[in-house]
Amino acid sequence: MGSTRTKEHDVIVVGAGHNGLVAACYLARAGLDVLVVERNDYIGGAAVSRNLFEDFTYSNCSYVCSLLRPEIMRTLELPKHGLQIIPYDSGCTMMRGGGHLALYDNHDALRREIARHSSRDAEAYDRYSRDVMRQCKFIRPLLLREPPDPTSFKPRDLNELLYLGARFNGMGEQRMYDTLRFWTMSAADFLDEYFESEIVKAHFAGSSIIGTALGPRSPGSAYVLLHHYMGDIDETVGAWGFARGGMGSVTAALTSSLRASGGDVRVSAPVDHVLVQGSRARGVVLESGEEIRARVVISNMDVKRTFLNCVAPEHLPEDFLTAVRRFKIRGSSGKLNIALDGLPSFPAIPAGSPAIRGDMHITDTLEMMERAYDDWKEGRWSRAPYVDMLMPSQIDPTMAADGKHYMSVFVQYCPYELADGPWTDEKRQAFGNTVIDAIAEHSPDFKSLIRHAEIRTPWDIEREVGLTEGNIFQGELTMDQLLFNRPVPGYAQYRTPVKDLYMSGSSTHPGGGVMGAPGANCARRVLADLGRVSA
Amino acid sequence: MTTGSDYPSPPHFRKPLLDTPFHDRARALSQNDQFVPWSGYTTVDVFTTVEQEYFAIRNAATLYDLTPMVKYRVTGADAERFLNRLVTRDVRKLRVGRVSYVVWCNDDGHIIDDGTIFRFSPEDFRVCTAERQLDWFLDSAIGFDVAIEEITSQVAALSLQGPTSAYVLKRFGLEGVEQLKPFEFREFRSAGRDMMVSRTGFTGDLGYELWMRPEHALGIWDELMAVGRTRGIRAIGSQALNLARIEAGFLMPNVDFVSAEHTIRMHRERTPLELGLGWLVDFDKPHFNGRRALLRQKSAGLKRMLVGIDIDGNKPAHNALLYASPKDEQECGFVTSAMWSPTCKRNIALAILDAPHFDAGRRVHADIYLHRELVWERRMVAATVVERPFFAPDRRRMTPPADR
Amino acid sequence: MSRAWDTIVIGAGHNGLICAQQLANAGHSVLVLEAGATVGGFAANRAFAPGFHAAVGAHLVHQFSDKLSRTLELERHGLRWAARQLATTVISADGQLRIGGGQVDGANAKDVAAWRHLAARLNRFSRFLASINATCPPRLGTASFEDRWSLLKMGLRLRLLGKRDMREFLRVAGMNVYDLATDELADPLLQAALGMDAILGSNFGPRAPGTVLTLLSRRAGESVTRSGYSIPMGGVASLSNALAMAAQAAGVTVRTDAPVAGIVVDNDRVVGVDLIDGERISATRVVSSVDPRQTFLSLLGTQYLDTGFVRRVDHFRQRGITAKMHLALDALPSFNGIQSTQLGDRLLVASSLDHIERAFNASKYGEVSANPVMEITIPSLHDATLAPKGQHVLTAIVNYAAFETRDSLGTARDRLFSNALSALEAVAPGISQRVVAGEMLLPADLERECRITGGHWHHGDLAFDQFMMVRPFPGAAQYDSPIQGLHLCGAGSHPGGGLTGLPGQLAAERIQRSAS
Repeated sequence: MGSTRTKEHDVIVVGAGHNGLVAACYLARAGLDVLVVERNDYIGGAAVSRNLFEDFTYSNCSYVCSLLRPEIMRTLELPKHGLQIIPYDSGCTMMRGGGHLALYDNHDALRREIARHSSRDAEAYDRYSRDVMRQCKFIRPLLLREPPDPTSFKPRDLNELLYLGARFNGMGEQRMYDTLRFWTMSAADFLDEYFESEIVKAHFAGSSIIGTALGPRSPGSAYVLLHHYMGDIDETVGAWGFARGGMGSVTAALTSSLRASGGDVRVSAPVDHVLVQGSRARGVVLESGEEIRARVVISNMDVKRTFLNCVAPEHLPEDFLTAVRRFKIRGSSGKLNIALDGLPSFPAIPAGSPAIRGDMHITDTLEMMERAYDDWKEGRWSRAPYVDMLMPSQIDPTMAADGKHYMSVFVQYCPYELADGPWTDEKRQAFGNTVIDAIAEHSPDFKSLIRHAEIRTPWDIEREVGLTEGNIFQGELTMDQLLFNRPVPGYAQYRTPVKDLYMSGSSTHPGGGVMGAPGANCARRVLADLGRVSA
Repeated sequence: MTTGSDYPSPPHFRKPLLDTPFHDRARALSQNDQFVPWSGYTTVDVFTTVEQEYFAIRNAATLYDLTPMVKYRVTGADAERFLNRLVTRDVRKLRVGRVSYVVWCNDDGHIIDDGTIFRFSPEDFRVCTAERQLDWFLDSAIGFDVAIEEITSQVAALSLQGPTSAYVLKRFGLEGVEQLKPFEFREFRSAGRDMMVSRTGFTGDLGYELWMRPEHALGIWDELMAVGRTRGIRAIGSQALNLARIEAGFLMPNVDFVSAEHTIRMHRERTPLELGLGWLVDFDKPHFNGRRALLRQKSAGLKRMLVGIDIDGNKPAHNALLYASPKDEQECGFVTSAMWSPTCKRNIALAILDAPHFDAGRRVHADIYLHRELVWERRMVAATVVERPFFAPDRRRMTPPADR
Repeated sequence: MSRAWDTIVIGAGHNGLICAQQLANAGHSVLVLEAGATVGGFAANRAFAPGFHAAVGAHLVHQFSDKLSRTLELERHGLRWAARQLATTVISADGQLRIGGGQVDGANAKDVAAWRHLAARLNRFSRFLASINATCPPRLGTASFEDRWSLLKMGLRLRLLGKRDMREFLRVAGMNVYDLATDELADPLLQAALGMDAILGSNFGPRAPGTVLTLLSRRAGESVTRSGYSIPMGGVASLSNALAMAAQAAGVTVRTDAPVAGIVVDNDRVVGVDLIDGERISATRVVSSVDPRQTFLSLLGTQYLDTGFVRRVDHFRQRGITAKMHLALDALPSFNGIQSTQLGDRLLVASSLDHIERAFNASKYGEVSANPVMEITIPSLHDATLAPKGQHVLTAIVNYAAFETRDSLGTARDRLFSNALSALEAVAPGISQRVVAGEMLLPADLERECRITGGHWHHGDLAFDQFMMVRPFPGAAQYDSPIQGLHLCGAGSHPGGGLTGLPGQLAAERIQRSAS
């Protein structure tokens, strides 16, 4: 091994995804010497803008910016470093047989739109929004806090538990019960308490299944619904939208912010393993054999990849390894990125409606979504998939040439492992065709406009981005994997069994989405442990 | 429930607000193009000037487009029982041909909305509400044999208010309208058009509300304007009406209280007792929504209450925080509605005050901010808790009203 | 002629009878009103064919606490056991496996060890849950000392599990049984056995988060008895009869064929009940063991309740998806690879977790399982009085059947019956020829027969959002109601269904506390 010695950094972050970069930025701003090493030859992890076909820009993994915490954008001066979030209005769900439900920004337009399906639901929508907002209001402050260890008697944990308890108690009796129920019930049951119309329920249930190996009837899926709502609340106007220039703009701005603070990113630097000496992390060893030393190593990879691939098992307690193996990171989503010659027509959507400028879904009943989930359980992609598509080029002129369009298509469900053997090129194409056919059912000219289509299965996403099973949240958002259980009970505070090795990825609290909270929380923990600031 | 998928023209996503049947006239008379949304309709905020419109309410006759008021028809064998469980007043006492002002609460006794109930027959009611209530009404109807239908767009409504309003209606041809007592209503027929007239209003003055088929709306408007011309009739917008209702001490949803069905934060809801509407709560009738919670509050005593205050000076105390003493750090209340009353010549406001400051006669201090030529100035002005209404002329109750 | 009672209990199911007995013991004058001709409710006897007897619902006793049996002196009141500590045999077309007396036969050594390890852990968790299940749920956010003390005790008990177990409990409690079983065990039949315990009578497939809670809840019930799976002499109905005797011995009057039309309220207080035949019976307190929906919406009436509360009643999920099959057999059937001595076991027909999950799928879409999973007993092996001489009764809990079926009820019933027989045929070839009579009771049938809305075995889903202080729903979770003097004591209340008697017992305790 021809290992070369380079200078020792304060911190090495493994993986230049958004959370790794957020952690790096915070640490660099605190005056630490930070190096981010990235395996791919581009920065961004799953928040990237890629030019894979002519001059189309693909946000080929994550595709909307809904959750990125405004506190983070502000502290890291991301707007100054070029990040612009453009809100998009509206959105719709298209039904088999030609009907649709659009979600308009204007409250009166929305009420009249929902009333086309049910006048009662049009009014129940207000109660629904109110209750979801009440839950958001409770949960939002918890996102940027470190979860307490409920088994610990340390003052910090007890204080944090007291804080949570007091916050919970402050809701008043009835809302506490509402919260208990909301966190544990299924999206289908939750929606049944508000709506009677199938299409209205199906529309809102969409966000409860995106990225998860749950169906809308699985208990716990109501919380996932909230997870996608978090960005969409008061006092953060403009938080939900496209990143101008694609999702890569988020990580580009983070990189620029990092460099402005003196940190750096090295691409094409795949890490072979974390260097552990005397039960402390001392740096990383690249696949090339190069050794980069640091006082602190932060892994932005998911917890499985970190501990099953990059840390030698002798440094880890057996219990911990078992827990990591049992951590559920399930591939359940596919993605298509499509270059279009023009704007496809959607006859179900009335002319002039802004609905096609937002996120368009294909589904019409909870049953259709639940059956799509049944397919996943059997190890096959959904025959009638739930499709969430967006054409950001209608709003963001940087994504495609004038008149051309980029369409991002998120597909639920698509398994990581197929029941009938490994993924092949033919199967990938067949999966892509299933999705394209599903869209074409609603758009007669869609197929003829396709110039290029990138089809990504969970297996592809894992191979390219490094996310285990291609799971967009680095781990299922189920009750057993949230808060103090995420990713491993006893290790929910960004620390690991190896001293000076930390986790900053979405495997940690509060979980996935381009939110940045895990990275920020991790940085706070590192700084506290280094005695720089109090946690 | 489904209303079909046919699109109006222009479609709702281009023009979310509907026009009322009076829209053409309102548009023609509007000098300022000041329209505001109200329950899904676009209505006039100010036609000419607020002052002219306000004084017409207190001196002559005014027409106000009431169509967006949400209306429900409630029918069925259990209609009375349903409404009696819904609202805090005793609906059994409401006779056919009478109107009742009511509020309804959630389980915690917090107000959801206020409105009026018209009784057409033993089993046929109309409920007019400020906001849409179908979600709450239908859930409240579980276990009752009752049908609830929203009829907002089927009924055009005009409010004719002011000292000469009875005279105008007589000139219009409604024989016997002067015999209507406050909170009575009757069906009339004039020039082939059916019309229901109730002696109700939101001004605290003599006035009537006219309920008609939408296709008759423009014709009736035109004739009222014609026969009322010599009696100073004019169209008014929401701003002038708002001044009149503050003088009358009436509450405005989303201004003086927020519906308990809409609050996201804690402790923003209000009970009828807290809003000074205890007289609407009948604990002696059978069970109604919120009764147990209101009984508890009644016995525990009120922590806060909405009252009228009379403020020194003439600077309207919009949004002012109130202090027990000018030196206090912590406020003891806040103003919800405020105005200089041109008729009473008093500087009045509705305010929420913490106990014990809400007792009549208590002195508090209003922290008033004034925006004068782009400079903000601050006044700490003394105020007194007073009885509502601020303005209650005899003519509002006199039957028959003065004949001119 | 009508007298005023201290307490009227509506429904002579086991919870109603136990509640009545305890209140009578505390000095109340108690009248139990039962709509049916016999006591027992879901644990009543059903002569489904001439000479053949089965329990209409529950066919095994396994959660009835020894302490309660002693307190009620059930043996003195005629309860005798035909069988106790029955082993469980899991059967599929490919094999079988037997669990009983702490042993597992038919699995490899590694799995047996893993099973023991897992069972020991689950038992520790179950005992913790049993302590919660034996406590009236506290209300949240009140200033009441009782509520706060109860919460504090719960927290302390959790802490007393020790750091390691507490952590593990907080993790697995929210999991699904599919993941738990596949994480810990390799044998599909062993996994299926765990899965069946989690889903029997509940409304979930094994992949649904929360199924570890239902599993622990079942085991919590089992942790209070040493009898294991038991069958009384004369069938499960004998337990109900003994309970009725115990109640009567304590001074309770039990009236059958006395269906209640409504609860009478005056000035927000209960004053009695009206029977269907018009009779009015006065009482200062009414305790309903009837399901919450029926209690509040039908017997009480929404005019006495607030809309928000009615909304919660309306949202209570209580659509059953578990069916019951009874077969009259002219001879003992033979099962693949199973000795005849094993036929008296609790037999589970399920080949894997995926099998259970697939069976569950159908119920989501208004259908019945094509290949159902079943819990089977042949009680006539233990008690010859249940069938004509030489013949046998087979009872099966059959999962799953949607409550609202897309096809007509008759079609769905016939289809599930035939599907269940085919599934039986696969593990017991030739059994169809032995069937002389049979019936399938779909949830809708159970609703009608047992007067339980939705025909749900537990009067309502047992899930986190219908558990403890939110069971059946806030405002009625402490066996109280908004109406003074109206209480709940049925399976819709904490800790839920099963022949535990706990809701009845806890309700009685609560009533005595609030009276004093």
